[in-house]
Amino acid sequence: MTWEIVIGLEVHAQLSTSSKIFCGASTAFGAEPNTQADAVSIALPGVLPVLNKGAVERAIRFGLAVGAHIAPRSVFARKNYFYPDLPKGYQISQFDLPVVGNGQVVIHVPASGKAEAYEKVVRLTRAHLEEDAGKSLHEDFHGMTGIDLNRAGTPLLEIVSEPDMRSADEAVAYAKALHTLVQWIGICDGNMQEGSFRCDVNVSVRRPGAPLGTRREIKNLNSFKFMQQAIDYEVQWQVDTLVNGGAIHQATVLFNPDTGETRSMRSKEEAHDYRYFPDPDLLPLDISEEWKEQIRATLPELPQAKQARYVNELGLSAYDASILTASREMAGFFETALHILLPSPQSSPASGRGSERENQSSISAKLCANWIMGEVNAQLNRDGLDMTQCPISAQQLGGILQRIADNTISNSGAKEVFRAMWVEGGEADAIIEAKGLKQVSDSGAIEALVDEIIAANADKVTEYRSGKDKLFGFFVGIAMKASKGKANPAQLNEVLKRKLAG
Amino acid sequence: MFLDNADVRKVARLARLAMNETEIEAARLQLSGIFTLIAEMQAVDTRGIAPMSHAQDLSQRLREDAVTETNQRELFQSLAPKYKGSPQVEAGLYLVPQVIE
Repeated sequence: MTWEIVIGLEVHAQLSTSSKIFCGASTAFGAEPNTQADAVSIALPGVLPVLNKGAVERAIRFGLAVGAHIAPRSVFARKNYFYPDLPKGYQISQFDLPVVGNGQVVIHVPASGKAEAYEKVVRLTRAHLEEDAGKSLHEDFHGMTGIDLNRAGTPLLEIVSEPDMRSADEAVAYAKALHTLVQWIGICDGNMQEGSFRCDVNVSVRRPGAPLGTRREIKNLNSFKFMQQAIDYEVQWQVDTLVNGGAIHQATVLFNPDTGETRSMRSKEEAHDYRYFPDPDLLPLDISEEWKEQIRATLPELPQAKQARYVNELGLSAYDASILTASREMAGFFETALHILLPSPQSSPASGRGSERENQSSISAKLCANWIMGEVNAQLNRDGLDMTQCPISAQQLGGILQRIADNTISNSGAKEVFRAMWVEGGEADAIIEAKGLKQVSDSGAIEALVDEIIAANADKVTEYRSGKDKLFGFFVGIAMKASKGKANPAQLNEVLKRKLAG
Repeated sequence: MFLDNADVRKVARLARLAMNETEIEAARLQLSGIFTLIAEMQAVDTRGIAPMSHAQDLSQRLREDAVTETNQRELFQSLAPKYKGSPQVEAGLYLVPQVIE
């Protein structure tokens, strides 16, 4: 009998404000300990929180991007617990009235093994604003713990999903989609090493159709690879436990990347009794329809909409479209390069030429996509760079592609231009000129070349004409070589075919 | 009748309050008084009235996102709890009794 895996995620995205959520201390990462811990951050008596407009704006931006309900009135609550890196003795969070309600994210689950790639909708329960805690440093300070409160009060958006995921692959695809989205709409820098995007994963297993099993929560995963490993291990552990007649107890576990295991944290029974109540220091947060619409007007075209457009208008595959929208930089690069290749995709063509124009844009889009996903990505990976550090601009790449499209250079010539441009910079036309890569498209010259080859290889021509079709490749090879690789391949093929036919 | 001493002990532990049995009994009576008041309020018909989360019917004022605080670590750390006359700080950190997970 099989088991069904049920997964829900809680993601903490650190919002990219300059100051903290309830005070004017800086949120910059990596400062000397406690130099950004002001009177509010360290909870001196008598201080009061004042809510950061930038944090609220970012929460609204997120809500709009996932088609969620934005609460016209939401409330901040105190979540009470004692820990030294939480000097107030409570965290200001939101409880029953969060700023963002029901939304959804479309995820693309990649093909794996025999399973094909597919799309799925993951529902969001809510997203709420809260403050981060400080950091405890457990290295030995004479048997004491060191506390750094620079991070205390950093704004977080906690994004909670429904338990809609059914495999580790789906959970990772969802986390990646959110990770792309928060950066895309400019609310979080997405830096997982610095803890700007942290995932808690709730995992349970059940027999198909049975009620939900008891879940265990894997805390604080900060890499997609660890998330995959942690879920795989946890699922196996839960199934083994149940098969062996054991029971699962609700618990919080930590993943150890060194052993690949998940282990239960020791926690007291009442640890989850947070006694939430509305924070009397903060009034309700009102969000007007007008403010919401102002923010909506500044949202960029979202990855999901771009993907649909790339597929429907440009004829790209869903796979290509999802790769090209992996980041806003990548999509911007693609669109700029494509614009150079197809200067005015919006101009409506004369009647009867619509499909031709469509066909042309589809061919150009595919050429552009292949180059970005192929040459550009491969070279970026080799050099350990990301898209923002690409030494070739989209305009420069567009210049190369233009010369492929108008048959000035062959595909292999284009790769040579690309390599030279990567290292030395420069414009496509100048490199083509300097390296003599312009291909011969002069039909007279190609005909003369073919005539010479036919004359010099009379025996092979006879064989070919008597039915040995395979020799065609041989003729293409020597003709190309004779032209020093510069003959226009399509033209050469056409002339060869015609002349060899006799 | 609303609360027993075990409830009070639990809440006291969650709030990290050390209370002896006399104090627990006194707290139980006081807290039960609050519950009695709540029970009286339950009798009021509140249908159609939106619950308030704050005693004042106002809306939260927002602050522009700007850094306005400067580094006052030395001042704040000079106020940290002292041990043998000196504040419990080291390498810029506040020191607290070890937390064992």
